[in-house]
Amino acid sequence: MSERARFDERHLLAIEGLRKDSILAVLDAAEPFFDVSRRSVRKVPTLRGKTVINLFYEASTRTRTSFELAGKRLSADVVNISVSTSSAVKGETLLDTVKNLEAMQPDVLVVRHAASGAAAFIAARTRAAVVNAGDGTHEHPTQALLDAFTIRRAKGRIEGLEVAICGDVLHSRVARSNVALLTTLGAKVRFAGPRTLLPPGLEALGAKVYDRLEPALEGADVVMMLRVQRERLGGSFLPSTREYGRIFGLNEARLALAKPDAIVMHPGPMNRGVEIDPAVADGPRSVILDQVEAGVAVRMAVLWLLAAEPSERVPSA
Amino acid sequence: MAGNDYILLDADAAHRGLRRVAGEIAERGRGVAGLAIVGIRRGGEPLAMRLADLVADLEGVRPPVGSLDITLYRDDAATALPSPRIGPSRIPFSVEGRRIVLVDDVLFTGRTIRAAVDALLDYGRPRRIELAVLVDRGGRELPIQPDYVVRTVGLPDGALVEVAERDGGFVATVSGAAAPAKEAGA
Repeated sequence: MSERARFDERHLLAIEGLRKDSILAVLDAAEPFFDVSRRSVRKVPTLRGKTVINLFYEASTRTRTSFELAGKRLSADVVNISVSTSSAVKGETLLDTVKNLEAMQPDVLVVRHAASGAAAFIAARTRAAVVNAGDGTHEHPTQALLDAFTIRRAKGRIEGLEVAICGDVLHSRVARSNVALLTTLGAKVRFAGPRTLLPPGLEALGAKVYDRLEPALEGADVVMMLRVQRERLGGSFLPSTREYGRIFGLNEARLALAKPDAIVMHPGPMNRGVEIDPAVADGPRSVILDQVEAGVAVRMAVLWLLAAEPSERVPSA
Repeated sequence: MAGNDYILLDADAAHRGLRRVAGEIAERGRGVAGLAIVGIRRGGEPLAMRLADLVADLEGVRPPVGSLDITLYRDDAATALPSPRIGPSRIPFSVEGRRIVLVDDVLFTGRTIRAAVDALLDYGRPRRIELAVLVDRGGRELPIQPDYVVRTVGLPDGALVEVAERDGGFVATVSGAAAPAKEAGA
């Protein structure tokens, strides 16, 4: 694998701007944690006495469970706080919450919030290490890291791979984090989606952009489908799920355009029959459940690397 | 370090010592039924392989060999790892009910062994765990004793013992301490 990579971050807020070394350090550290989760005793004592708070302002069963298990398998004390999405969250309220949590001396705050930049806002105002578990349409760095881990395990490498990212790129924090990570590690990214859901400037990242699925799939090593966010449907972005599935859904015929050994990924939750056909989602080339398994290992690595740092953290604001 | 390095064990002495330890392991267990040898990464790994070969020479059966990375079990794992590098643990057998000989190159404070025992117990419940080391240099901070030792030597805390694979065997070098007038034999 790679040379010994050094993780030198106080927080994990975004992939953009993250050093390649830090990315590789997470991926390398995740390998033994992956093994831990496959043993009969799925726990190591590494973060005994550390406290991890999962602060979720947006519902998310998968990500929250994954972070919770990651913390618990490291023997950290894990507390989950879910804040109703309906309550209007003002900056002041968020700050108050953070100050209160801070007083309980957490070592790591895992934050999911509907506002882009929320994790960075908190990171600037707390001594704890902050992990962004998804902020608005900005970034979802641990998703990109677990995707990279999954790709590396399946393909043995990332550099030089052709990766097609397909669907609602405009609103996808998963896509944003993945482009940053994959290009940093030397993969070639192409995008496909309806014109209304492709943000301008993708070409500037060195990516090819298509408004049809087929050309993006041709010769791809990795096909990453994005979730159609139903709240965007029926409005000005998309006509209907049926229409979307017909044009942009990944089925077996379309997957045949990719390389014979191409893998299929999806960050979940899937809309079966919309962006992905059940036969593909459950097919031999799908690594969707491997992604979920990798998620725990990668989050263990992130929590460990952040909590194992010298704890002399000073708020920068 | 220059100037006062000296060789504590040369390849030949290490080989004879390891052969004796292999014999002791077989003797104590009245054979090698249920035996497995587990090296602590990374210094203990090649020694575990060598011990398994020597046991095989004596008994005609090579015990299974595993390796254990104890990084995640260190008592300073959460605070003292600026640049961690964790390696894989490979325990390719069930530890349940087995007799396991843990192997490390140098026994010093005992903290590594404490961590290794904890790590091993997370794989199951062995019948017993024994400890074999190439060099016991003293300086224990925990109540841990080896069962098999190739060479025992009392060294000041600041001294360093390094074990390298050289001359077709294992060579232990001491730096930071004067060459001994006498060494305690094992």
